[in-house]
Amino acid sequence: MKDSFLYIENVSKSFDDVKALDNVSLAINKSELFSLLGSSGCGKSTLLRIIAGFEKPDSGKIFLDGEDITDLPAYKRPLNIMFQSYALFPHLNVSNNIAFGLKEDRLDKKEIENRTSEIINLLELNGLEKRKIDEISGGQQQRVALARCLVKKPKLLLLDEPLAALDKKLRIQTQFELVNLQYKLGITFIIVTHDQEEAMSLSDRMAIMQEGSILQIGNPVEVYEKPNNEYIAKFIGTANIINIQKHQTKNNFFLSSELGIEIESSENKLSSKCLIRPEKINITKSTMDKKINQENSCKGIVKEVAYLGSYTKYLIQSKSYQFYVFQTNNFISENLNIKWDDVVDCSWNKEAIFLL
Amino acid sequence: MLSKLKNYKFWFVFTPYFWLVAFFFIPLAIILKISFSVSEWGMPPYKDILEINNSGDFILNITSGNYAFIFSDFFYLKSYLNSLSLAFTSTLICLIIGYPIAFYVAKSKPKIRNLLLILLIIPFWTSFLLRVYAWKVLLQGNGILNLMLIKLGFISEPLSLLYNHYAVILGVVYTYLPFMILPLYGYLVKFDLRLIDAANDLGSRKINTFFKVILPLSLPGIIAGCMLVFIPVVGEFVIPELLGGSDKLYFGKIIWDEFFVNRDWPVASALAMSGILFLIVPIVIFQMSYSKYNFKNE
Repeated sequence: MKDSFLYIENVSKSFDDVKALDNVSLAINKSELFSLLGSSGCGKSTLLRIIAGFEKPDSGKIFLDGEDITDLPAYKRPLNIMFQSYALFPHLNVSNNIAFGLKEDRLDKKEIENRTSEIINLLELNGLEKRKIDEISGGQQQRVALARCLVKKPKLLLLDEPLAALDKKLRIQTQFELVNLQYKLGITFIIVTHDQEEAMSLSDRMAIMQEGSILQIGNPVEVYEKPNNEYIAKFIGTANIINIQKHQTKNNFFLSSELGIEIESSENKLSSKCLIRPEKINITKSTMDKKINQENSCKGIVKEVAYLGSYTKYLIQSKSYQFYVFQTNNFISENLNIKWDDVVDCSWNKEAIFLL
Repeated sequence: MLSKLKNYKFWFVFTPYFWLVAFFFIPLAIILKISFSVSEWGMPPYKDILEINNSGDFILNITSGNYAFIFSDFFYLKSYLNSLSLAFTSTLICLIIGYPIAFYVAKSKPKIRNLLLILLIIPFWTSFLLRVYAWKVLLQGNGILNLMLIKLGFISEPLSLLYNHYAVILGVVYTYLPFMILPLYGYLVKFDLRLIDAANDLGSRKINTFFKVILPLSLPGIIAGCMLVFIPVVGEFVIPELLGGSDKLYFGKIIWDEFFVNRDWPVASALAMSGILFLIVPIVIFQMSYSKYNFKNE
């Protein structure tokens, strides 16, 4: 683990008896785009501030590129942080903001100029060099903040909620730009975010945090399809969690008292809960006379319908259990005919069941 | 118009203007008038500018002699320069003492911050005169300070701490320090602490961060504080009167003497007007160039 690019070893941190980080260990590879995901107060920002050097951990160590940087002051660390509020200097213009770090490193004038104009070209900030910070748009400010970090050629770039301040359309466009930039430059990125969609679409790997601990580390597919626990299952995307009991005789079979059906899984594990994602359930309008009595299927009543363009959300009630079903609108067909209070047949594959 | 007068908003807007005209512009105009009039024995001690004599002719009593007089006597210019140097020195000392205090107050937790602000403001609840008198008691020959120094064995004879221009500087700094701290605090409390983190992250040591980020961003507060101290201190009269000696004469005291000792109102008014002019012109030039600088910002 210590040969990882960034290795965080048993780091703990408390503020006034409140544990912000509880014995956190984490290894991040070179050139990886890694996300720290969690709701507010989970400790992700504290971890970021400790990596940046603004806070000292109570215990534990941090290694960057094989070097112990735990006691290195922030201004000496070969990494940079982009703040959520950008923290651009309002008394300096765009190019002086970008050149600030290079001037602090006492590089010679020629090199400062070259590197500044190079990064201005890369981030398409040409023509804004002499503007004040409050004279440029939010998206431009975000790129200046990015440029100010990247111009220093850091080994590691920390981004604190980099897209939170942008409006939705710009956010999606910037997401792709950020990924492209990271790929082009090969710099290791650590992104802190509370937005699970953002983390999913940006990251190579991500860590989900709660109450100062890391619950799971994995790539987006692993985290979505195979969450470690119910909290993660519900935090990432929409989850239908069903209480189950192991079938007495049949292997891989479970009973759901809420649904009153048998559920078949591809695994044979002892568990009391299973996850089924809404998009993995098929629904069709029920033909009333056809009685289904099969595993992994049930009848239900449509409680809510939300047409969202590319897909439609349904809330289905079956006996005492309510669950979500997402159907992609590949064809404008019979699915559109499913309305409130319709009776529907629901079914899913046994591979869709994930035992928690 | 009538409907306008009934509109309460009109009165809200009008009241400050009324105040300004009644208590600032009219008195200023009166002083300006007196400064151009001829002095005489009487009540008031100057001739009216426009007189009608017995035969019904208008007589204009206007003179620029008061101005000519004060500019011909180096004594007045010297007292003005003394006041400027007092104002400059005490403003600088207030800034050096006040900036760290303002920064500390602005950066403490809100609960403690309010307590510290109250501590700053509490002295205002006592009369300013009393507070300056208190310094007199502290500094006099058998005052606490001298007694302590003698008891501790640093000196054998009491020092004459009072009635010199150092005592005046001390009194001025003590009195005007809150006027420096409060505007500075106003700017520093709005200061985004993440800018310090950002500078730190970009490779800036603490000293550099202060000079390159914190100081330039608190410049408006520094200017406001300095103005609030400098301008009134130039005309300060009470503190030099109570704590000062004969080693330096100050402008405010000279004006007072001309008004009440010599009863030469026209000369006193001319001094007051010249003082205002000498202060206003540089300040206006400064303000204009500063706002231009702020507008262009490099």
